[in-house]
Amino acid sequence: MSAPAAERASQPITPPKPRAKDRWLKRAPMLPALIFVILVTQIPFAITIIISFMNWNAAYPDDISFGTVQNYVTVFTDANLLKAVIVTVGLTVGVVLASALLGLGIALLLDRKFIGRGFVRTLMITPFLVVPVAAALLFKHAIFNPSYGLINGLLTTMFGENAPQPDLMTSNPLLGIGIVLVWQWTPFMMLIMLAGLQSRPMDVYEAALVDGAGPWQTFRFITLPHLRRYIELAALLGTIYIVQNFDMVFTMTSGGLGTATLPYVIYQEFFVAQDYGVASAVGVIVVIASLITATFALRTASTLLKEENS
Amino acid sequence: MSTPDLTVDDHPAPGVTPTPTEPGGPGSAEPPRRKANAPRRPGQGRAGKILLGLLAWFVGLLFVSPLLWMLLTSLHAETDASTNPPSYFAPLTLESFVNFFGGGNGANPWPFLINSAVAAIVSTLIVLVLSTMAAYSLAIRRIERWSDVLFFLLSTKMLPMVAGLLPVYLVAKSFGILDTWLLLIIIYSAMNMPIAVWMMRSFLAEVPVEVLEAAELDGARLPRVFLQILLPLTAPGLAATALICFIFSWNELLFATVLTSTAASTAPVFLTSFVTSQGLFLSQVCAASLIISVPVLVAGIAAQDKLVQGLSMGAVK
Repeated sequence: MSAPAAERASQPITPPKPRAKDRWLKRAPMLPALIFVILVTQIPFAITIIISFMNWNAAYPDDISFGTVQNYVTVFTDANLLKAVIVTVGLTVGVVLASALLGLGIALLLDRKFIGRGFVRTLMITPFLVVPVAAALLFKHAIFNPSYGLINGLLTTMFGENAPQPDLMTSNPLLGIGIVLVWQWTPFMMLIMLAGLQSRPMDVYEAALVDGAGPWQTFRFITLPHLRRYIELAALLGTIYIVQNFDMVFTMTSGGLGTATLPYVIYQEFFVAQDYGVASAVGVIVVIASLITATFALRTASTLLKEENS
Repeated sequence: MSTPDLTVDDHPAPGVTPTPTEPGGPGSAEPPRRKANAPRRPGQGRAGKILLGLLAWFVGLLFVSPLLWMLLTSLHAETDASTNPPSYFAPLTLESFVNFFGGGNGANPWPFLINSAVAAIVSTLIVLVLSTMAAYSLAIRRIERWSDVLFFLLSTKMLPMVAGLLPVYLVAKSFGILDTWLLLIIIYSAMNMPIAVWMMRSFLAEVPVEVLEAAELDGARLPRVFLQILLPLTAPGLAATALICFIFSWNELLFATVLTSTAASTAPVFLTSFVTSQGLFLSQVCAASLIISVPVLVAGIAAQDKLVQGLSMGAVK
């Protein structure tokens, strides 16, 4: 959205010459990256689609055939898979909502001046920078553990011997996973919202002040509309990353106690059950679901890009 | 929001949207462009402001407290680490760190750390070279339908890579490259390429067009334009891109778990096996988690100003 970018849009450096050779010369530097990405990340999806129509279990290498929809029948009649869909959607929506709201609140706090603001901002970012496996282990063992975790330890310190000693990883492991994810993703949401807050056009606020608008009105009618696309972007990006999350489930519960998410089910079908056909069928379904989400995400991102170049 | 002004003075830095400069307070005469932290001005000593400041401090400390607990636990002896109530003030010791690095029980972490470092650093270098080239096509040469290319790349990032896990495994197996650095480097490079192209495009798009025109008029050839003009101007962007790619590669677990077994296994995989193979040593688990997180913590804090731009793939500045 800077001035140079805007200029460039209207007058390209090199006047466009519709000669094929020139066009390919301009494109050439882009091709290695593009081809590399397609080869490594897109071709596998195509192969996954093919395998999903195959009868292929690694335990029975002599019994491989093509041309069956049995895998999809298995998948759609499997109660566990339906459960995994619900768990994935619930976990993602819950984590994204909670971390977006927290992120917004904290961004508003950090947007004001106070002593040590830069330092507090750095503190806020650090949870996001803990290796996910390490975060999962930390919470599972050092914080949630019923006999020597920090939470129950603090309860004992405060209320003595008879303090309640909840065992979150047994009673509600999904909530435990959710808490770790919220802890890690709130900083991400906060950073995007803060960037949004700091890009507010100030003249509007001055006008509002002159017009005698109160703080709530200013927030409701100026800040929030301006932030809307940042909130959308944060939520959509968060969804993309969190829906694919594998590390927390793998490390904290190994998919037990009703915490298996779709990525974990794919891993399990492939690595443990070794049913390549079913694993691929789940994969295809996940890709289709992601494509639907991605369409919305792309629309948001494209508004931002258009504004940058307008 | 309990204080009346929300407030004008807090924002001398319109980052994305260009605004006419307002004749505001003394601080906003020359707004610095795109600065995350507005310069503080003293003398707004109102109780509400102080309370909100304290609240911000409290929230910051709350979020970092699990990490502090990890640090404290790692510095306690195993017997002090797993007590209830916790032995907050037990004597500090480096025992767990010594044990972690192979002084006592258990596996040597160095091969895993080295595997992680090689996979993360080499893939990051590959990504930097290829993504800068691609970004040059997209941002400077402005090829036709450049935004379609960008959105194609973005869409690849939205499809869960786990769905391609099996084919990758089978192909790697048939090429005989399972459990090698090469395989991890290929996967991590492809995984980070879309993000890097988006980031580098947004950095290159900021290079003033006049600079490039002047260079072209002077008859500078492409390699020289690249090395002498574009590279210095985008150095901070390159560094931020590198750090983001490094962080994602270093953290990756799923592919490392499936595609490696012994020779090329990475630090996160080591961490997951650490607990199960040795029983639970709380202090050592904390020490291990801390050490494995240190490279990312350092990289991330160093790049924090560019973190948003990277994570939003250049959509937010």
